[in-house]
Amino acid sequence: MNIHFFKFASFLYLFGTLAYLAYIIFLKEALSKLAVTVISVGFASHTLAILTRYVEAGHTPVTNLHESLSFFAWMIIGILLVANLKYKVKVLGSFLTPIALILMLFAFALPKEIFPLAPVLKSFWHPFHVIFAFLGNAIFTLTFCCGVMYLIQEHQLKSKKMGAITKRLPPLNLLDDLSYQSLKFGFPLLTLGIITGAVWAEYAWGRYWNWDPKETWSLITWLLYAALLHQRLTVGWRGRKAAIMAIVGFLASLFTFLGVNLILPGLHTYSNW
Amino acid sequence: MGLIVYGLGLKDLKTNDITYRQHRHLYPNPYTKTFIFSVQMELLVVGLNHKTAPIEIRERLSFPEDGIERALSRVKSFPSLKENMILSTCNRVEICAAARETEKAIHDLKEFFSQYHGISLKEFEKSLYYHVGEEAVRHIFRVASSLDSMVVGEPQILGQIKSAYNMAVESKTSGLILHRLLHRAFHVAKRVRTETKIGNSAVSVSFVAVELAKKIFGTLEKRSVLLIGAGEMSELAARHLVSGGIEKVLLTNRTYERAVELAQEFRGEPIPFEEMNQGLKKVDIVISATDSSQYLIEHDQVAKVMKDRKQKPIFFIDIADPRDIEPKVGNIENVYLYNIDDLQKVANENIQDREKEARKAEAIVQDEVVKFVNWYHSIEVTPTIIALREKFEAIRNRELGKILSLYPNLTEKEKQSLEAMTSAIINKILHGPLTLLKKTDEEAMADLYLDALRTLFQLSEKSLEETDMEKEK
Repeated sequence: MNIHFFKFASFLYLFGTLAYLAYIIFLKEALSKLAVTVISVGFASHTLAILTRYVEAGHTPVTNLHESLSFFAWMIIGILLVANLKYKVKVLGSFLTPIALILMLFAFALPKEIFPLAPVLKSFWHPFHVIFAFLGNAIFTLTFCCGVMYLIQEHQLKSKKMGAITKRLPPLNLLDDLSYQSLKFGFPLLTLGIITGAVWAEYAWGRYWNWDPKETWSLITWLLYAALLHQRLTVGWRGRKAAIMAIVGFLASLFTFLGVNLILPGLHTYSNW
Repeated sequence: MGLIVYGLGLKDLKTNDITYRQHRHLYPNPYTKTFIFSVQMELLVVGLNHKTAPIEIRERLSFPEDGIERALSRVKSFPSLKENMILSTCNRVEICAAARETEKAIHDLKEFFSQYHGISLKEFEKSLYYHVGEEAVRHIFRVASSLDSMVVGEPQILGQIKSAYNMAVESKTSGLILHRLLHRAFHVAKRVRTETKIGNSAVSVSFVAVELAKKIFGTLEKRSVLLIGAGEMSELAARHLVSGGIEKVLLTNRTYERAVELAQEFRGEPIPFEEMNQGLKKVDIVISATDSSQYLIEHDQVAKVMKDRKQKPIFFIDIADPRDIEPKVGNIENVYLYNIDDLQKVANENIQDREKEARKAEAIVQDEVVKFVNWYHSIEVTPTIIALREKFEAIRNRELGKILSLYPNLTEKEKQSLEAMTSAIINKILHGPLTLLKKTDEEAMADLYLDALRTLFQLSEKSLEETDMEKEK
């Protein structure tokens, strides 16, 4: 059952992404409205997919790569919908939905069967750990998009071009503000994700911290974001530097999530996929 | 177009009830069955704008808002000017009027400008433009749609023209023609705004500056600007920023008194020239336009200021020639430096887009001008119809009288039948031609028909006037 919902959600995300891309080209209000509607329905279907999979599997469905990618995409779309309510940055969807769509397509290609849960994953802390970690990363995806948009827009303004691109991207100040706000939400979540992970590690492996590649990389990611937040708060870092840092941080978190699993084997590798 | 308004029949008053109620003063006796006033009215516009007159003259001829009512009543006192409206903004001063004799009316308006402001005609006559008839309609439509503005597409003009019209309504100087003209003008402006993208691209230097500021700061609310030096261009840019929502204006000048003077104009705050750096720390936008021969603002100085500002972005606009701001300043992070050439370049890129949209807008205006002319024509048709009916009615009464006197023994019922029959004959005969006349959209054809009717049935303009005068007696 969950697969049907998942497929339907993927289809709608594809459709919504196309609508968002058409919006950024033609700037027609109707397109952005269409995109939001389609994405919202897709999100609802995706939510049902995750709930039914939870029921069918009997555990939080974030145990293999298919599930993780799908879960991550679900969170990103959720964050987009929340951001849409608060900020009037419609082009945000044109950046975030393609990312979610790519994640969904990979998830789609991967084995989707439900496997019996590995004993180490049977834990009270598991759902908390994955929810915090993924929510933090989803918010950082937003920060990342803001950073990319900021760098493009800043380049346009600095090089004194004021054309189609400038018109389509939001004002610098709004991007910087959104980036800062998302950082303030994302950072505590990432921190909680790491702490719950450590507590769970204590139960599962008997030690809070094992220096396995995943832990090491998540610490690196955390330090990068901590540095960014610190610089923003104290020195008044903003704009370009902050945007670059947000992009670097996101790449690190992406590596923590995917790269470590695929390249560096360690305790966190639970299945081949 | 020869705009000849003969008058309105009672029928029109009923269908145009609102029009009538608002313009009751123009039609003193609506309850006579047909009241015809013969007025040869022509629409005209006399005025000057940013293209024809320098600011000094525009300033001297402008009407302060609270003085417009008085000015309107003065214009009204000229017998040649039947309806009038005064539009006075910082870029244009013009009077739109409906008048009996065009030549006389234009002369009177020139006199009025000269007398009212106490300026001799010689000083500004060359700057004046005149539009009559169809051209006047087109002019008003173009002004309302912001096609004639200094910054084409800027939205304020519509509000200004609306309030000018409201003042004319309140002062009872607007009538049927201006009422219709202005309402059509608002409609045209709306069409131009929704059907073209004329308002979307920044085509003037100061408008580009505002657009850039918005791309850097989002909204301009709660932002502040520092104006260094003075000059028409920089003041214009500052004015645009202020109307874009800028909250605070700081001003500085080598001569402090000048800064104080300018500060009054912008309701801003003057600061001494030596404390410019203090200003740089506080504001978001800096417009510099001094005639200094060397840089006033240098790289290292701004780098230091940025630290004090905690890297808050700042937008420099260098309008001066030679430059006031060292170009290297633009390399500093969170600093955006544009000089006049940069702004001009952006404006020029946008101008091409705008020209395409402007052509679309002009087509809309043309379309609406034609519609208005047709309407104007239809109020010309009405009196002819009335006259024609009256003529037939007179013939009928005369012939009916003859018959009745020949047969005095007819019963009341038979008399009524005769009455009804003759009436029906007239109605049936007139029905076809009158319907055709009312429906004719094409001006040339309508003219032809009207002319034919008047000639064939001898409904000369003079005879209309005579009937009118007879009635009054």
